[in-house]
Amino acid sequence: MTANPDPLAQTAAPTVKSQPDGMVEKRGASLWLTHLGLIIGVLFIFFPIWLAFVASTVTNAEVIRPPMPLVPGDRFLENYREALFSGINAPVARMMLNSLIMAMGIALGKIAISLLSAFAIVYFRFPFRKTFFWLIFLTLMLPVEVRIVPTYEVAANFGMLNSYSGLIFPLVASATATFLFRQFFMTVPDELAEAARVDGARPMRFFFDILLPMSRTNIAALFVILFIYGWNQYLWPLLITTDPSMNTIVMGIKQMLPTGDDFANWPIIMATSILAMIPPVAVVIGMQRLFVRGLVDSEK
Amino acid sequence: MEKRVRFKGIWLPILLVMPQLIITAVFFFYPAGQAIWQSLFIPDPFGLSMQWVGLGNFEFLLSDPYYRASFVTTAMFSILVTVVSMGVALYLAVLADRLIKGSGTYRTLLIWPYAVAPAVAGVLWLFMFNTRVGVISWYLGLLGYDWNHVLNEEEAMGLVVVASAWGRISYNFLFFLAGLQAIPKSVIEAAAIDGAHFWTRFRTIVWPLLSPTTFFLLVVNVVYAFFETFGVIHTITGGGPQQATTILVYKVYSDGFVSQDLGSSAAQSVILLVIVGLLTIIQFKFIERRVHY
Repeated sequence: MTANPDPLAQTAAPTVKSQPDGMVEKRGASLWLTHLGLIIGVLFIFFPIWLAFVASTVTNAEVIRPPMPLVPGDRFLENYREALFSGINAPVARMMLNSLIMAMGIALGKIAISLLSAFAIVYFRFPFRKTFFWLIFLTLMLPVEVRIVPTYEVAANFGMLNSYSGLIFPLVASATATFLFRQFFMTVPDELAEAARVDGARPMRFFFDILLPMSRTNIAALFVILFIYGWNQYLWPLLITTDPSMNTIVMGIKQMLPTGDDFANWPIIMATSILAMIPPVAVVIGMQRLFVRGLVDSEK
Repeated sequence: MEKRVRFKGIWLPILLVMPQLIITAVFFFYPAGQAIWQSLFIPDPFGLSMQWVGLGNFEFLLSDPYYRASFVTTAMFSILVTVVSMGVALYLAVLADRLIKGSGTYRTLLIWPYAVAPAVAGVLWLFMFNTRVGVISWYLGLLGYDWNHVLNEEEAMGLVVVASAWGRISYNFLFFLAGLQAIPKSVIEAAAIDGAHFWTRFRTIVWPLLSPTTFFLLVVNVVYAFFETFGVIHTITGGGPQQATTILVYKVYSDGFVSQDLGSSAAQSVILLVIVGLLTIIQFKFIERRVHY
């Protein structure tokens, strides 16, 4: 077991912190300085997003005549409606749907194939098991950024350009998820499989009735991380989708920026940026515990 | 470690590993093999035939001043991104760790930018520093500083570094905070009783005990800067001005897709493969058993 610094321990056991004021804890001026430092940090993190939000609620005339205002205007509804339903190259709602399909496809696909292969590796003895294991390991060394040109050619030969399968399949294999499930299956008591075997349960029955329910939390934690990973893909959709109606939102934003000297339609672009952040940010905040767990698990 | 209890059957497990095996073969090993194969050829100008050049592409690359410059750019970019994001994250984590109440709130406030895609971060920072409408570049102008990352190489580099580091602070903060909270308070209090001040305590106790976390983050952040910052570069600078921000991954893309120089792009892919391989080995060799308190 690796002794990763485990943020879980901290979420799970807040008792450590409830001890009475230690002598190294600060009070008075020093405490305020600590808060001040943290607040400056939070503001630094928030400022770009605040500015994007403000820009998404004013008219373009207000943005392109600097300095732009620093408090939101009254065009929130109009701008977001325009972005969502007409956009610049394609309606943003359409791009969000594409992103959603891609992110769900990648997350669920990775989880499904990794569960199956981890189950096979842990619970069976078959020829080339070790070879297979090492083949998966090697994929760790092949991020898509490294093999873009030939992978693009493969996708093109399969007629996968401008299609969901082209967005999803090349990114679906995952060594990390397979290792994670393998590690988890190793900790499942042998008695369970033994009992299932004695009862004459078939392997797949054991998989679906016992192993899968037991892996619920791991699956959920991994899903959170993989969803964000899939939603935030940039390079691959940039290559695979040339048709604006197949663009994902994260790569579509860049396509909205004019290439020449024209003025960009900043309120719409910024509204799109905010819309691009909402789903993954909501996942992180709404499922913070699972997110932290997934993050730690997937780095092991 | 092996399981004692196993199910019987050979075809079922093979069937189970098939989906992963097929995807891996088609989209990982075949393209990687193609990259290696293509790196040994140059296509003729009409793309009709390929001419064997052996290691010619590599020789050409390694003597190409642009490629060498891209190596230096990548190194500088990665170091800056890693240092800036880890530095800010450590500073914030040390502050949050000093609090008895409220560190959870700050944690929530600080971790969510992890979910902002690098490409979106790029657009946000581009907007702030845009030479015509950017708020920050406008205020800099008031102060008499003429910001122009479109022409100035250092400013372009600075901007992509900050935009890349910005989204990464969350991740580093989370791990640093966890590492700090894992250090027994009794050790620190004992030092305090002996009269050690905050800075002395940090230098002699906290920092050494934190070193496994630091090392882990160092490797992970370098990998991030190398491979996951494409979106930032592509949105903000497009590798410019004069290739000042063309990192290796960006160069593979621009040579392969924009200039269609397939032999060179394939050779660059192979070089990147070697780099990822080395980083992965470092990661596994050192991180797997890195804590020996």
